[in-house]
Amino acid sequence: MESPTVNLHQAALERYQAKINTVSAEEMVLNLGPQHPSTHGVLRLELITDGEIVKEVIPHIGYLHRCFEKHGEALNYAQIIPYTDRMDYLASMNNNHAFVMGIEKMLGIENDIPKRIEYIRVLVCELNRIASHLIAIGTYGIDIGAFTPFLWCFRDREHIMNMLEWASGARMLYNYIWVGGLFYDIPVGFEERCLEFVQYFKPKMKELNELLTDNQIFISRTANIGVLPLDVAINYGCSGPMLRGSGLKYDLRRVDEYSVYPELDFEIPYAKGEIGTVGDCWNRYKVRVDEIAESLKIIEQSLEKLTKAHPRTKEFDPRALVPKKIVPKAQDFYIRAENPKGEIGFYFIADGRSDKPFRVKSRGPSFCNLSVLPEISKGVMIADLVAIIGSLDIVLGEVDR
Amino acid sequence: MIFDLVKEILIEKFGEQVIVAEEREGKQPAIFILADLIDRVCLTLRDHPDTWFDFLSCLSGVDYGVEAQKFGVIYHLSSIIKNHQIVLKVIQENNRDLSQLPIFKSVSKVWKAAEWHEREAFDLLGIYFENHPDLRRILLPDDWEGYPLRKDYQNAEQYHNIKIEF
Repeated sequence: MESPTVNLHQAALERYQAKINTVSAEEMVLNLGPQHPSTHGVLRLELITDGEIVKEVIPHIGYLHRCFEKHGEALNYAQIIPYTDRMDYLASMNNNHAFVMGIEKMLGIENDIPKRIEYIRVLVCELNRIASHLIAIGTYGIDIGAFTPFLWCFRDREHIMNMLEWASGARMLYNYIWVGGLFYDIPVGFEERCLEFVQYFKPKMKELNELLTDNQIFISRTANIGVLPLDVAINYGCSGPMLRGSGLKYDLRRVDEYSVYPELDFEIPYAKGEIGTVGDCWNRYKVRVDEIAESLKIIEQSLEKLTKAHPRTKEFDPRALVPKKIVPKAQDFYIRAENPKGEIGFYFIADGRSDKPFRVKSRGPSFCNLSVLPEISKGVMIADLVAIIGSLDIVLGEVDR
Repeated sequence: MIFDLVKEILIEKFGEQVIVAEEREGKQPAIFILADLIDRVCLTLRDHPDTWFDFLSCLSGVDYGVEAQKFGVIYHLSSIIKNHQIVLKVIQENNRDLSQLPIFKSVSKVWKAAEWHEREAFDLLGIYFENHPDLRRILLPDDWEGYPLRKDYQNAEQYHNIKIEF
């Protein structure tokens, strides 16, 4: 029997093809990506342009689809953690943390985790957040045509990469945060080196601000470009710096108060529109710059706690609570946490019998942040479109999963 | 509690039949909504001044397995202003025939965020969303056959005469 659904979804495909095939004589269909450097990975955009003006953007994603959810159904919980590394590969620690927190909450052991472990988690997550924002800022500069900030950001990011490699053994994909604990305690001397980095890095941020944030050329390219009004941002499910760039003071670290964030003192930066309008590219960029300063504050406080209140002891075993076999009770659970890019969510369905999830769905912040692109890039110049894509700060590993 | 408030608002507006079942135990209680009303329910919950669910956190399609013959869509709503969350579930039976996909109502008119989430659910699970503006595949190529996240999916052996090796 011919069912209506087969024809109906063919209809959407035909509508799209007809749109591409029937552009008028003044218009041109232009392909941007998937190998274009300013698309930050393998994003392909189909542009319907009228001269220099973009009339419509049709994003095509999926070039980096690695079936995270299907793999998740075939592996046990601990084995999925390395897969979450590969989602947002610029902020693997944060992905690990969110995923592990979800499982700990399902098991009901989230309150048993020692404070030292929680502080180490927060410490490495915030280091990773800085690294991720440095990439965002550096590559954004390169999109706009400023080459120096890119090199400076990568130079400073490398220090963080080295430190995290020292702790976890891997440079980018850590698998460091485990259910109920950590892979290892942080190495001896990590605290001192980390403090040294903070002292080194603070003046570097000042330099970066002088070079890029207050640079008149940079401001001309980004201010008042790609304005994302707050109601649109919320409706499209934008989160993280995108939402804060539109002027809303909303951070899940404060809203959900997970881990030890309630004990730490930090501000939530949000766009105030010092330059340009609230919600434009410059303001989104500025939120990231300000967040780096806040992350540094968190790192200093965590280091203080890790050396004084919860110091390293010989008996301390970060794997003491790691379960041999993770079998949560039958339940559905959605965990959300603040990734550098926004709200990362994992939705688990546990059947209560096996150590593999029945279904695991991930809600990548970049996925939702990217979906707003066609909306805010109607009628902009092609060069500005590149500026807008850069300001979204997407990671295709997470969009495609 | 927000759970009871939502129930109250929905029953007042749509009558008793809107709530099919509920799941109170567990850490995140969920309300099962009648499939025909989900789009109107979501609009009500978004615009009601007491609930104000302005943010769609996540929308997941679920295949409940070959024996169960059921498909579901789970909505995780959250309110930025009120700072509360709710889970809505819609479950429908389906005979798993690839030419008769389960049909759910689209909520993309309520939250634009749902647009891509629904495309993903369609792409990977073969859940058809009625009134969706652009229901094409999103992660897989347009000419891909089958829906990989279904529990009975058979891995494709080749794609355009390219052998897929494992």
